[in-house]
Amino acid sequence: MIRRLHRWPGLLAIGLLVVLTLSGAALSVFPAAERLTAPQAEAGLSVAALAGRVQVAFPGVEQIRRSPSGRITAYWFDQGTPGAAVIDPATGHGVGSADPNVAERWLTSLHRSLFLEDGGRIVMAVGAAAMLILSASGAALVARRAGGWRRWFAPLRGPLAGRLHVEIARIAVSGLVLSSATALWMTASTFGLLPDGATPPAFPSEVSGTTGATFADMQVLERTPVAELRELSFPYPGDATDVFTLKTDRGTGYIDQGTGALLAWSDLSGWERISETVYMLHTGQGAATLGLVLGLMALGVPVLGVTGVVIWLTGRRGRSRIRGNQPARRAETIVLVGSEGGSTWSFAATLHAALTQAGQTVHVGPMSGFAPERYARARRLIVLAATYGDGAAPASAKGFLDRLNAVDPTPDTPIAALGFGDRSFHRFCAYARAVADAAQAKGWRQLIEPGTVDRQSPQDFARWGRALGSALGIDLELAHQPVLPATIGLRLVSRCDYGAEVQAPTAILRFETPRPTIRQWLTGGGFARFAAGDLIGIVPDGSDVPRFYSLASSRRDGFVEIVVRKHPGGLCSGQLLALEPGDTVTAFLRRNPAFRAGRGRTPLILIGAGTGIGALAGIVRGNARRRPIHLFFGMRHPDSDFLYGDNFPAWQDEGRLSRLFTAISRGSRPHYVQDALRSETALVAQLVRDGARVMVCGGRDMAAGVAEALTEILAPSGLSPAHLKAEGRYVEDIY
Amino acid sequence: MKSLLATLALSTALTIPGLAMARPVTLTTTLNNYGGRGAYLALYVTDASGAYVGSLWMAGTKSRYYEHLGDWYRATRGDTAQIDGITGASVGAGRTFEITLDLADAVFDAGYTLHVDAAVEDMRDSPNEVAVPLTTDGSGVPVAGRRYVADFAYSM
Repeated sequence: MIRRLHRWPGLLAIGLLVVLTLSGAALSVFPAAERLTAPQAEAGLSVAALAGRVQVAFPGVEQIRRSPSGRITAYWFDQGTPGAAVIDPATGHGVGSADPNVAERWLTSLHRSLFLEDGGRIVMAVGAAAMLILSASGAALVARRAGGWRRWFAPLRGPLAGRLHVEIARIAVSGLVLSSATALWMTASTFGLLPDGATPPAFPSEVSGTTGATFADMQVLERTPVAELRELSFPYPGDATDVFTLKTDRGTGYIDQGTGALLAWSDLSGWERISETVYMLHTGQGAATLGLVLGLMALGVPVLGVTGVVIWLTGRRGRSRIRGNQPARRAETIVLVGSEGGSTWSFAATLHAALTQAGQTVHVGPMSGFAPERYARARRLIVLAATYGDGAAPASAKGFLDRLNAVDPTPDTPIAALGFGDRSFHRFCAYARAVADAAQAKGWRQLIEPGTVDRQSPQDFARWGRALGSALGIDLELAHQPVLPATIGLRLVSRCDYGAEVQAPTAILRFETPRPTIRQWLTGGGFARFAAGDLIGIVPDGSDVPRFYSLASSRRDGFVEIVVRKHPGGLCSGQLLALEPGDTVTAFLRRNPAFRAGRGRTPLILIGAGTGIGALAGIVRGNARRRPIHLFFGMRHPDSDFLYGDNFPAWQDEGRLSRLFTAISRGSRPHYVQDALRSETALVAQLVRDGARVMVCGGRDMAAGVAEALTEILAPSGLSPAHLKAEGRYVEDIY
Repeated sequence: MKSLLATLALSTALTIPGLAMARPVTLTTTLNNYGGRGAYLALYVTDASGAYVGSLWMAGTKSRYYEHLGDWYRATRGDTAQIDGITGASVGAGRTFEITLDLADAVFDAGYTLHVDAAVEDMRDSPNEVAVPLTTDGSGVPVAGRRYVADFAYSM
């Protein structure tokens, strides 16, 4: 619901909002420029003194005005011709033209009414209302994604457009709320919907009828500092019944031109004061710095618009249409989907196609549409659930758990749950787990153990599919293809072999960096830009499902390097280890921004085992700035699979690596990388207290062991891996 | 006085024809190219003593800006009942604005004065932009305004 409240106003109003914000940002410059260029009155100068100086310089003066920027303008008549000038309050003389700025006026007309009259004002007010709705719904989405309002500035992960969108929005939203709310107030005021009209005092019925009082006689002008002045209007020459009219920040009054007495006075009403404050906040007139800040924030809106459209299009493209979807009451297999951005739907489509091919009747629908009473012929229920933010239900699963808990009696059709998520998040697949737990608590029979898919991994999905297939007694091959990026041929330059002696053939494979196309070079797409820790997807011959490997090199290194271990019967690893220099493989790049060393000088603790060393070695190799790096590396045997063993001494000499701790698992005393961590408890705890960032790369069991060891090591400091993860200081790349 | 007010009020309903003591008068106001947004104009009549008698027309629909039409606003205290039904759009720079209404015969050659107050956003207010005595001889004689009005004329 909130997402829809964000999407549709955004898509509909984007053009209008770009015009509004660009013109608004441009306008924000004028009050600041005026503030800087206008000659300011000396402190304590009274209106009486100023009026005296101006009248000497311009005997025909009719009116003196002071704008919120402090600029003072005088209007006069000289022998029948009107004149006006910006006044230097120190002398009373004119120092510049008082003509309104043409560009400013043009921009103002565009900004508030598109050069139209009331119709244009209403259109722009609708734009402001859209911006207010977008700000509120967007803020709710950011809070939900980050896992609560208190985690508003939590580090972001995910594709660039999404991160950029949130990054800008969470800074700019305060300004956008202020600008749009004040805009609506001003529109209401313009259309007379607010009781904030001027309330000048009644014109005095009796005046002295004489003239000739000096400004010094006018007590109220003597008392009023120029800083409070807004306007002083002079009486008509020769009309003894007319008066001086004074407007200040506090109110309006009339002064007798013969006696100098204050004849009438009325204060500004509360409504007037509010409207003036609103006007100041919106225009920056009288608050130039705030105006500039608001203008800068408004500049974020065009970027938000573009990234927002990109996010929407990506979500739409990723959502495959499900062909031949059966009605729920006729289907044997019910697949329920809990998706936020739409990617889980494409997995559901793959599952639907494979099950249908195996001769089943399958219905796919959103989890929010869960209605067991309609599943008349259902024999199994499959739930594919993403997680939103910190364990919350994704958009298409709203209300599912409540309905599940209310089902009575518990259906006897077995259930299978598969979670989709990102392991680098603190609560990986938390929502799917909550669903599985709730089903179990109701005594709902499980078809197979709940599974997980990390970062849309086709391998994870295929593995789960095989488990499902064996439970159903069918051969289920789930070849899921999330729209594959364009692939390119990578040519092997050299290879370095390890591990034959420990029955784990492993190789460091170095490929030529493909020459980027001009377009890739411009947009940073493809292999134009990559860093250690990014992934390359290799598409092996005989399969459509890509396998991902962590990159052990950066663009600067001039080559593409990966570390591959041969898996028994592994299709892709077998082909890779059979490569000879000059051979090519089909590959594409996938960025992995969550797994980056990041900038800064805080120490790094890199922990890896086996082929997981690749990405970590790449980070060490790229550490030209000599950031302290402590590397924990687990291997089987130093004579056999000490990957990069020849490089470490040189990297240490060059200061790229501070210390290397190794753990040997084969031998009389098996020693794992988590044991190496434990034996350095004091050092690790100290580094983490000093703000170190922990990066773990390797197999799942190793990662679990490392997390356990770090939990023990950090407990005395009151820290934990979960806590570090929440701060973005503990990142994992696990396979 | 009563009859004038009655006529002024009736002038809002120009559909009532053939008022014995009244005649149609055309007021023509041409603005110069002052280079700003549309001008607000208040057209009203004062008597020989300078006291406000009634309004003829208000060009400009947003009452929050009426205070800038200084003399009119002071005389009426911004009372929009004075211009109920005789309000129209503001007048752009360089444009000519024409209105025909019925004025009582008694208003002419009796010391009454027709005033135009003008105001433009971000520019100076110009109360009493035009002040022209209502006389039979003055009919059709253009008068220049002070700041925004290039010429103003009433003709019978």
